[in-house]
Amino acid sequence: MTSASAPPVPAEPAPGRGPGGGRGPARDVAGLGVGRALGFIAPALLLIGAFLIFPALWTIYIGITNYRLTGVEAVSPSMVGLSNYTRALNDALFHNALWLTLLFVLGSAIIGQNVLGFTLAWILRRARPAVRRTVEALTLLAWILPSTVVAYLWVAFYDRDGGTLNSLLGTPGTAWLIDHPMLCLVVFNTWRGTAFSMMLYSSALQAVPPSQLESARMVGASGWQTLRDVVFPHIRGHVLTNTLLISLWTANDFSPFLLTKGGPNHASETVPVYIYNVALQGGELGYSSAISFLLLLANLLVSLVYLRLLRRRS
Amino acid sequence: MRSLSRLTTAGVLGAAALALLTGCLGSSGSGDSGGQDANRNADAKKVELTFGSNSVKGGKSSAGATFISDVLIPKFVAEQKGKGVDVTVKFQGDGSDDEVYKQKLSLDLSNKSGPDLFQIDGIWVGEFAQANYIKPLTDTVGDAAKVDDWDGWKQIPDAVQALGSYNGKRYGVPGGTDGRVLYFNKKLFSQAGLPADWQPKSWDDIISAGQALKKISGVTPIQINAGTAMGEATTMQGVLPLLVGTGATINSDGKWLGNTSQLRQVLDFYHQIYSTGLGDPVLQKEAKGRDKSFAEFAANKIGILLEGDYFWRSVVEPKEGVAKMPDRDTAVGYALIPAMKPGAGVKGQDFVSMSGGGATVINPNTKFPQQAWEFLQFMNSAEMVKESLAGAAKITQRSDVNSEVLKNDPMLSFVAGKVLPITQYRPGLAEYPKISAALQQATADVVAGKSTDAAAAAYQKAVEAAAGGKDKVTSN
Repeated sequence: MTSASAPPVPAEPAPGRGPGGGRGPARDVAGLGVGRALGFIAPALLLIGAFLIFPALWTIYIGITNYRLTGVEAVSPSMVGLSNYTRALNDALFHNALWLTLLFVLGSAIIGQNVLGFTLAWILRRARPAVRRTVEALTLLAWILPSTVVAYLWVAFYDRDGGTLNSLLGTPGTAWLIDHPMLCLVVFNTWRGTAFSMMLYSSALQAVPPSQLESARMVGASGWQTLRDVVFPHIRGHVLTNTLLISLWTANDFSPFLLTKGGPNHASETVPVYIYNVALQGGELGYSSAISFLLLLANLLVSLVYLRLLRRRS
Repeated sequence: MRSLSRLTTAGVLGAAALALLTGCLGSSGSGDSGGQDANRNADAKKVELTFGSNSVKGGKSSAGATFISDVLIPKFVAEQKGKGVDVTVKFQGDGSDDEVYKQKLSLDLSNKSGPDLFQIDGIWVGEFAQANYIKPLTDTVGDAAKVDDWDGWKQIPDAVQALGSYNGKRYGVPGGTDGRVLYFNKKLFSQAGLPADWQPKSWDDIISAGQALKKISGVTPIQINAGTAMGEATTMQGVLPLLVGTGATINSDGKWLGNTSQLRQVLDFYHQIYSTGLGDPVLQKEAKGRDKSFAEFAANKIGILLEGDYFWRSVVEPKEGVAKMPDRDTAVGYALIPAMKPGAGVKGQDFVSMSGGGATVINPNTKFPQQAWEFLQFMNSAEMVKESLAGAAKITQRSDVNSEVLKNDPMLSFVAGKVLPITQYRPGLAEYPKISAALQQATADVVAGKSTDAAAAAYQKAVEAAAGGKDKVTSN
């Protein structure tokens, strides 16, 4: 693979952009040629290709067919162009799923986990190490337990007959998961994910120079002012990164299925649950692949917006 | 240089992905066994088979799983040993929701893997056959005479054989059939002053029994499955038995039933039950609603419940059931499902039911087609079918076995003698699952408080979409 612009010069360092200064040549370490460098990263590339890029391309392909797992379309799926996408545009259940996903992300990630995680980190930053470690360990439990286990614990917690919540509130016979499914999901996911935000903010707060906090106190700044003008500028990057991560995790989270199956009557059917129901209950893999791709696009879009914000920070 | 290496990387990845993609395109969905020799490994002295089933010891259909792994397989192995063949049969139980099991199996089969023999619902045979996941037995075994001469066929009635057939060809051996009845709790009935030999003659009789039961506190009078969470159970244990009670079937003369007076009568009945406190609307919305209804019935909290004989056999069964009732035989009564009014049922019947059943089929890609066919015959021999009953009330596929074991089991003889003659089967058509989903949605709408007319109108739209046009749907 030679071209006029880049003749292969294996034994000599290739010309960099500057005279060897600046950031330093990150490429061609020890005079490796492109081919050999590729050889070194081939295993990783293969894995990424096989388990990430190929499935994504395959999903895009399936999304323009009427492929099913059973029946005639399993043998000879036909190309249906973009009709799966136009169907999604007019599918009230898909719109419902989008709104619910947005609500789920806003409620449990952007607000719930973020605010609760930061508050805990802020309160704990001056606690004795023993206390801090205990609280961190307890909240981390929720984070490291398998989501299936956590989900079923919460199903039992919310249960209409003999659920803990009803005994706590003295509201026997209230079917929380049926009457307020989204509220239940938001509380569940907030509880489950807060630990991660807390840990992240705990370490972020270490980066705030104590001298600045001290000065703020000297000039009599209120707690809120200190947060806004001293603490936040230092941890803005952390906030953005954390929010992006937990939003993406939440948007793609499948555990709502374990609590409600998307019910009652689609009232908690977030996009991943809807994809599952379309694919595995209805057998329509073509349509579900198209929706999956739309979800991927939405995630990419959100990520790009965040990256923009992050760059503007600097 | 850097941009070049990036380009190269992208190029390599892209090329690899494209190669994979086009490679898969070529093979996509070619599920045929490519004209393999049906007599491959026919004389093998060492044979390995796997048997797949949606059952698991101590869980779903536990008795069936126990029989296959503890009785059937060892006996088959011993029989083959006598012929000098060393056979190993691995039981691959599952125990998940039927829809999930179906998709898992389909995924396996679409990749030409999966168990050598497996059990499927009779309603899936058409879909699996269309996808080339299963082939007519004569193709798989390769010798039509070998299949057709099996003496077992003579013992299996045509209606039951249809459970394993598609387009007039046999794809598998059916594993018996079932029937749906109304179960009732005799203890609650006596508290409510209702007879222990209750037999309602109309829907109104069910409602008035429900009203009597409503006076007992903490009891849900009636459970008729509704909503989407229960999946096919809503269709089979709810809508369809009621629908045939109005004189209609879901598919007749090549048309699907849409928004008709009969459908609205069924939805009205749902509305009557779930809006007046005779049924528990919340239970129909819960993710695990059906399992909960089983537990509640076993705990004497539900008065009347519409279910298949599976309920008797695998749910409240005293020893192995998922919701055991030690006093089942004295505490649980069963009655025929009445038509809406006497004589209003399909074919002018007074009583109605719906039936289904499964079949065991051979994977066309098995390494041992001949041995798999031998296993299938062995499994469906009179001796094995009789052993499989081991205390379970089940209508077997074989008339000779049924007539022999009927007299020992009142429930079995009730289903065989009273239910099967009046029952209906679901149409084995590829659109059926979508129609079924639309029916579930209609009941969900009614339970959620929508008017019958609104639910029926929405159902009509869904059916037109599923059937592929207005002209394929009846409405009035």
